[in-house]
Amino acid sequence: MFDKKELEKIKQDRKNWEKNCYSSHKERHTERKKKFHNLSWNEIKHLYGPEDIGHLDFLKDIGFPGHYPFLRGVHPTMYRGRLWTYRLFSGFGSAEETNQRYKYLLDHGETGLSVAFDYPTLYGYDTDHPMSRGEFGKCGVAVSSLQDMEILFKGIPIDKVTTSMTINGPAAIVWGFYIANAENRGIDRRIIGGTIQNDILKEYIAQKSFIFPPEPSMRLIVDTFEFGSKEIPRWNTISISGYHIREAGSTAVQELAFTVGDGLEYVRWALKRGLKIDDFAPRLSFFFNAHNDFFEEIAKYRAARRIWAKELKKLGARKPRSMLMRFHTQTAGCSLTAQQPEINITRVALQGLAAVLGGTQSLHTNSMDEALALPSEKAARIALRTQQIIAEESGVTNTVDPLGGSYYIEWLTDKMEDETYQYWDRVEKLGGVIPSIEKGFYQREIAEASYRYQKEIDDKKRTIVGVNDYVMDEPVDIPILEMDEKGEERQIKRLNKLRKNRNNQKVERNLTRLRKGAEGDENLMPFILDCVHSYATLGETCQVLRDVFGEYEEPAIY
Amino acid sequence: MERKIRVLVAKPGLDGHDRGAKVVARALRDAGMEVIYTGLHQTAEMIVDAAVQEDVDVVGLSLLSGAHMTLFVDVARLLKDKDMGDVLVVGGGIIPDQDIPKLKKEGIKGIFGPGTPCDEIVDFIKKNVKR
Amino acid sequence: MKDIVKNVLRGDARAVARLITLAENNDPVATSAMKEIHPHTGKAHVIGITGVMGSGKSTLICELTRLYRKQGKKVGIIAIDPTSPFSGGALLGDRIRMNELAMDDGVFIRSMGTRGMLGGLTSAVYDVVEILDASGKDIVMVETVGVGQAEVDVIKIADTTLVIIVPGLGDSIQTLKAGVMEIADVYVVNKADRDGVEQAVAEVESLVDISCANKDRKTPVLTAVAKEGEGIKQLMGEIEKHLKYLEKTKEFDKQRRLRYEAELVEIIRKRLMNFIFDESTFKEKIEVLLDKISKKETDPHSAAEEILSKFLK
Repeated sequence: MFDKKELEKIKQDRKNWEKNCYSSHKERHTERKKKFHNLSWNEIKHLYGPEDIGHLDFLKDIGFPGHYPFLRGVHPTMYRGRLWTYRLFSGFGSAEETNQRYKYLLDHGETGLSVAFDYPTLYGYDTDHPMSRGEFGKCGVAVSSLQDMEILFKGIPIDKVTTSMTINGPAAIVWGFYIANAENRGIDRRIIGGTIQNDILKEYIAQKSFIFPPEPSMRLIVDTFEFGSKEIPRWNTISISGYHIREAGSTAVQELAFTVGDGLEYVRWALKRGLKIDDFAPRLSFFFNAHNDFFEEIAKYRAARRIWAKELKKLGARKPRSMLMRFHTQTAGCSLTAQQPEINITRVALQGLAAVLGGTQSLHTNSMDEALALPSEKAARIALRTQQIIAEESGVTNTVDPLGGSYYIEWLTDKMEDETYQYWDRVEKLGGVIPSIEKGFYQREIAEASYRYQKEIDDKKRTIVGVNDYVMDEPVDIPILEMDEKGEERQIKRLNKLRKNRNNQKVERNLTRLRKGAEGDENLMPFILDCVHSYATLGETCQVLRDVFGEYEEPAIY
Repeated sequence: MERKIRVLVAKPGLDGHDRGAKVVARALRDAGMEVIYTGLHQTAEMIVDAAVQEDVDVVGLSLLSGAHMTLFVDVARLLKDKDMGDVLVVGGGIIPDQDIPKLKKEGIKGIFGPGTPCDEIVDFIKKNVKR
Repeated sequence: MKDIVKNVLRGDARAVARLITLAENNDPVATSAMKEIHPHTGKAHVIGITGVMGSGKSTLICELTRLYRKQGKKVGIIAIDPTSPFSGGALLGDRIRMNELAMDDGVFIRSMGTRGMLGGLTSAVYDVVEILDASGKDIVMVETVGVGQAEVDVIKIADTTLVIIVPGLGDSIQTLKAGVMEIADVYVVNKADRDGVEQAVAEVESLVDISCANKDRKTPVLTAVAKEGEGIKQLMGEIEKHLKYLEKTKEFDKQRRLRYEAELVEIIRKRLMNFIFDESTFKEKIEVLLDKISKKETDPHSAAEEILSKFLK
C-alpha cells in the first residue's frame, strides 16, 4: 500500500525509535503489564505503523464503501444518508403489557421493533404446557397463537415500521403469525418488512433453544428462504448470529469465524435445494455482539464484511446486494454487572459506539439493569438515548468508516480474517459445520474460552470495575421491572376460550395436512399459514413437527 | 481415602444459558469435588431423582430465565419429600435481591448472582456441606 | 444399619445410593452391610463396557437399557470417569448422555470417579456391583474409563465384556494395547455409518481369528449405530448367547470366582495399605525410612522388609 522505498525508510527509522526512545523509556517507566492482550488473547503491540499494513493493497483489500469487498461499509453514504435503526429488543409478560412498551419506545424515538419471546414460546410450547411451569412471560412475551400476535401489535403501524423477532426453533410458525396478522389488517404481504432470527446452527452451538434435529431444521429454514424470496420480498428470513456465541463465552475471533461459517453453511444448503444465490442472498442478514475491546469489535465487523463478500463471490453471487453483509448489533449482555448497575450505561455507550464505527445497520443497546431483571421503562429509555446521543452529538456519523486506514484497525482486521480461515480449516477437517457441531468442536472451544476468561477474573488478572476492583458495598437502588401478576391467568383463560371457539375441525384438517407436508418435501410455509389462520396454537402446530421431525439431544460437552 | 464432596449441577426448566453452570462445574472439579452436570431442560423430578441416585451432598441450580421462584422451590421441597433434606441447595443466575429471603426460607441456602467469584462458591460449599 | 440392608434388598433407591456412598468411603457401616448382602447376590448379569473416549459407550448403554426395559428387566448402570490426579476432583459426564433414561424407576445410574485407581476400575466398584445386584437389578452395566490402556480390570468384574471401537479414529485398533483387545467377549464397531467401517471390522476379525484360534468360542464382531438404535437388538442377542455359553460350559462359575478373587485381593490390599500408610503407629516410621532412603542410608527393599516384619512373624 505504500511506496517500497518509503516503507524501508520507515522500518529503519522505526527500529531506531524502538531502540533509542521506546526501550529506554520503558526501562525507566515500566509498562502496566508485561503483555497486553485483547479478548481473543491476541497480543497487542505498543505501536502500529505503516509497516504493519504495507502488505495490503488499498483498492483490492480496502476500497470504497458500497463497493466490493465492502470493507468500509455496505452503502456509499452510510450514516450520512440514513442512520442505523434504533431497535431495542423487548418483551415481557403478556401481549398487552409488551404492546404498551412498544408504543412507549416508538414514542421516544425507536425506529424499529424487536420482539423478545418467553421460553415456552421459544420452545414451541403453549403457556399451559407442563414444561411452561413458572416460565410464562419471565424473559419475553408469551405468544401462543395468532390472537396473541394481534394483541401484541394492536395500534402499531407494521406497514411502516419493521419488526425483528428473536425466534428460532418455531420461527416459521411465529413468522406465520406475523404475516397472518398483517394480512388480516389489510396489509399486503409484499410490503411488510422485518427479520426472523431463524438461525438454528447457533442454537446447537450456543443459545440452545433448538427443537428438532439439524436436517429437518435446515429444511424448514430453506423453506423460509424460498417462501420469503417469492412472497415476502422485504423480509430478512434469517439473522445469522454471533451474539449468542459470544455471550456463551467465545472470543471475538471465534464469534466471527463461527458465525460467518454458519452463514456459508446456510448458503450451501439453499444452493443444494436449487435456489439461485442472487435470489435469496440479499435477504440474509447477520447479528453480532458489541463487547468490551473497542477496536477489536470494530475490526471484527469490518473483517466480517470483507470475508462474506469474498466468499459469496466465490459461490457465484453476481449482484452486489448478494455480497454485502448487513447486520444488527447488540451490546454485550454478559459484560454488564449487577454491582453498581449505573456504570453499565457507560459500558453500553462505548460498546454502542464501537458498533457504529463498525458500520452496523441496526443497534440494540442494553439497559443498565441487564444483570438484575428485564429492562425497566427508564433503563430502556436511557439505552435508547445513548444511541441518539451517538447519532446526533458525537460527530462520528459525519464521515464514512472514519477508522479506515488506521494502522491498528487495518492490521487487526486482517489478522482476524486470517484466524477465521484457520478456524474454517479445522472445521473442514472435522467434516464440516454440522459434523463439527455433533462432535462438539464449537462447544468445546466456547467452554474453554469462557473458563479461561472466568479464571482471569477470579485471579484478578483481568479487572471488571465494581466486581473485582473498585468494589463498593452499596445496595442496588434502581427501579426493577414488575410484571402483571394476573398476566399468566389471563393468558391461559384466553387460550382455553380460543380453543373452544375456533373451528376445531378446520384446525384438525390443517394440522393433518401440515403433518403430511412435513413427511414429504414440499415447502411448509403455506401449510403453516393455513394452520395459523385457523387459530391452531403454537404448541399444537409445533407438536406436529415434533412428531415428524423428532427432538434434538445435544452432545454433552463441558 | 478422603471423602469427596459430590455435587449435582442442574439446569431446571427451559433456560438454555449454560455458560455459568459449565464454568462452575469445572471450578468445583478443580477444587477437588465430584461433579455431575445434568444438562438442560430438567424438571424438578428429574433433578431430585438424580440427586437421590448419586447421593449428592450438594445440589447447585443455575437459572437465568426468571423462573427461579417456582423451579428452585420445587426442587427444594421435593428433596425434603424424598428424605434428602440435609442436602445443601445453592443457586445462581439472575435472581433479584428481593427474592433471596424467600428462597432462603425455602431451603436454598446460598444464592450466587452475577460477578460471584468461583472461589466464593467453593468456600461456601466446603463450609456448609452437612454430611 | 439393619434398616439400610433391608431397604437395599427391597430395592429402595435412597438406601442403595446411601450404601454405595458408604462403600466408596470405606465406612465400617458399609463393611458390615456388605457382609450381610453378599448371600443375596449372584442373580444379575454383569456386563462390562469399555472403549476409547468418543466411541459412544454411553449412547450404546442407553439404547441397550431401553431394550432391556422393554423386556421388563431392571438395570443398574455404573459410569466411571477419571478423577483428576491434580485436583482430586472429577467431572462425571456420563449421566448427562443418558437423559432419556431419567424418571424410569427400573433404571439406577450411579456416576463414580476413579479416585486414584489405575486399571480403569475403582476398588469400590466390586461393592457397588453387589449392591445393585442384591437390590434386584437383572442387569448391571459397568462403563469404564475410556483411556484405552489398562482397561483389563473390567474383565475381572464382568461376566460379559464388550469392547467398543469406532472406525476412522486413526489406528484405534493399534492404539489399544494387545491386552485390551483380547478381553472382549463381544466386539462392537459403533458409529458404523462413518467411513472406514469395513476396514475396522476386518482388522478386528483378523485379530479374533488369531486370538480365538484354539478356543471353542469365536468372539463375535458386530456393527452398530447406537445414536440411531441400529444394531442394538443383535448386540443384546449376542450378550444373551454369551451368558448361555457361560452357563453351559460352567465358565460362569469360573468367571465369578475370578471376580471374587480380584475383589478379595483388592480389599486386602486396600486395608493393608490404609493400615500401613494411614495408621499413626507406622506413619512416622515411614517418614523416617523415606528420609533414610533419600540419604542412601537404606534402600526401598530393606525398608519394606522392616515394615512387613511387623506383620509377618
